[in-house]
Amino acid sequence: MPVFYGTAVESPLMLGTAQYPSPAIMAQAFRASRAGIATVSLRREGGAGQDFHNLIKDLGVPVLPNTAGCHSVREAVTTAQMARELFETPWIKLEVIRDDDTLCPDVIALVEAARLLSDDGFQVFPYCTEDLSVCGRLLDAGCQVLMPWGAPIGSGRGLNNPYGLRSLRAHFPDVPLVVDAGIGLPSHAAQAMELGYDAVLLNTAVAKAGDPVAMARAMALAIEAGQLARRAGAIEPRDMAAPSTPLFGMAVLG
Amino acid sequence: MSQITILGAGVMGLCIATELAARGVLPRIIDPAGKPGSQACSWRAGGMLAPYCEAESAEPAVLRLGLDAADWWQANGAEVIRRGTLVLAPSRDRAELDRFARLTQAHQPVNGDEIAALEPELSGRFPRGLHFATEAHLNPRAALLALRDRLGERGIQIETEGTPTGLVVDARGLAAKDELADLRGVRGEMLVIRCPEVTLTRTIRLLHPRIPLYVVPRGDGVYMIGATMLETGGKYRVTARSAVEMLSAAYALHPGFAEAEILELGSDARPAFPDNLPRLRRRGGTLYANGLYRHGYLLAPAVARMAADYLVEGRKPEFMDEDHP
Repeated sequence: MPVFYGTAVESPLMLGTAQYPSPAIMAQAFRASRAGIATVSLRREGGAGQDFHNLIKDLGVPVLPNTAGCHSVREAVTTAQMARELFETPWIKLEVIRDDDTLCPDVIALVEAARLLSDDGFQVFPYCTEDLSVCGRLLDAGCQVLMPWGAPIGSGRGLNNPYGLRSLRAHFPDVPLVVDAGIGLPSHAAQAMELGYDAVLLNTAVAKAGDPVAMARAMALAIEAGQLARRAGAIEPRDMAAPSTPLFGMAVLG
Repeated sequence: MSQITILGAGVMGLCIATELAARGVLPRIIDPAGKPGSQACSWRAGGMLAPYCEAESAEPAVLRLGLDAADWWQANGAEVIRRGTLVLAPSRDRAELDRFARLTQAHQPVNGDEIAALEPELSGRFPRGLHFATEAHLNPRAALLALRDRLGERGIQIETEGTPTGLVVDARGLAAKDELADLRGVRGEMLVIRCPEVTLTRTIRLLHPRIPLYVVPRGDGVYMIGATMLETGGKYRVTARSAVEMLSAAYALHPGFAEAEILELGSDARPAFPDNLPRLRRRGGTLYANGLYRHGYLLAPAVARMAADYLVEGRKPEFMDEDHP
């Protein structure tokens, strides 16, 4: 099971709490997925929404608040401070966005905000790209987990750059890594786990599925399969066929 | 049948009063405001009677219960405009349209020419869309006032104060949260604009991954634009972000909206239970009717019918809570 900042989490699935048809279906999806962490957006769901907070607390899993919708270091820091007060947790999923169409992380601002928040005692989960240099800078800034995107948020495109994600895993073998965003299908989630990632964070793929509860279960099964496969050790792909049945003793005809 | 007192003159309270009156039972209505108005979140509703479109994110019961809402409103004095709903998406968000089509029924795919035939002003703007021909819309404020007037003709006036007598029907919406702990507010923000330069004759829904929008014509160049869905209880606040997003989405629908005059910026909180479905709940001498969520005008007639059947004939309603006596 993944360990973030010294806290062991029950499952490698981190599930978002936005866009479900109803809170009741959200709660069912959480049960079906057995997600280990619930992420929640402060800006769009927070503020005065005490009732919704209570529904999230009732899910019975650790809450990872995020700074979704923040476009500057200052906004992100202020939102993180609000989150810490509201949810009584030092955890913060740090998102700083520059472009609204791709929701691509603003990695320059991200590193700066990560440093400020880490210095202030936060345990930062940065939503970043798979860029090795940026990830190195985030670790320098005090982050002890990295959350590179698979693809733009909500796009459901899966892992756009498996090579980049694989080399990130190889470069930082001891840092907990989470694929955050872009997952559309269980096979995408399985692929992330097969690459050796510690966890997967997703929201839209479940919340906007025709049957969110069934999709939540499918994601849980895929993540378990990917995790088992990683531990089992996969064979290397090869160009030529390798017979799976021994050939000796085969009748020689003609 | 003993006396019945309805608390609240929003869409729920007035629909129940209408259904009771239709069964020959004339209730009292108490609402401190004395008339339908901005004390009720239904005052700021879109007024879409769009059961098929709502099914995109709602339980099947919403579709089933909402199917005859348009007939009900028409029979009860509202001007119901039956021109369907046109669902559109910017060309780069075509996938949203496919998803919407997959999750809904009773629509026809329309191409650019067919869109232009339905709404000439949208000619050349959208290559594809979905037409839900059987859907309708109404003007919520006019509809509530029509109910009020008809009840007035039967001798039922909305009292501003007084002690409830007999069985109490609590239709106070989110205000009943003091007694219904599982009720929550889901905030919505809306705009009313006047833009005679743009002529749209039916409800238009513009799909967008972040900022879905609907535009409901109110006639005379007036349009209601809505609405956000925010899981916060906060009530009287329209954020700059929401206003900017809704206006830019409207501008994306038709650039003519850039010249619109802003008549109203409104915000309110819809009462919802955790499954976002309405509920009747009997507790002692009170029947609570609540949780219409974003489906006020669509579901209030069906819920009112259930409430009246229960109150007058003792028939057990479909959406009755477990804690009735």
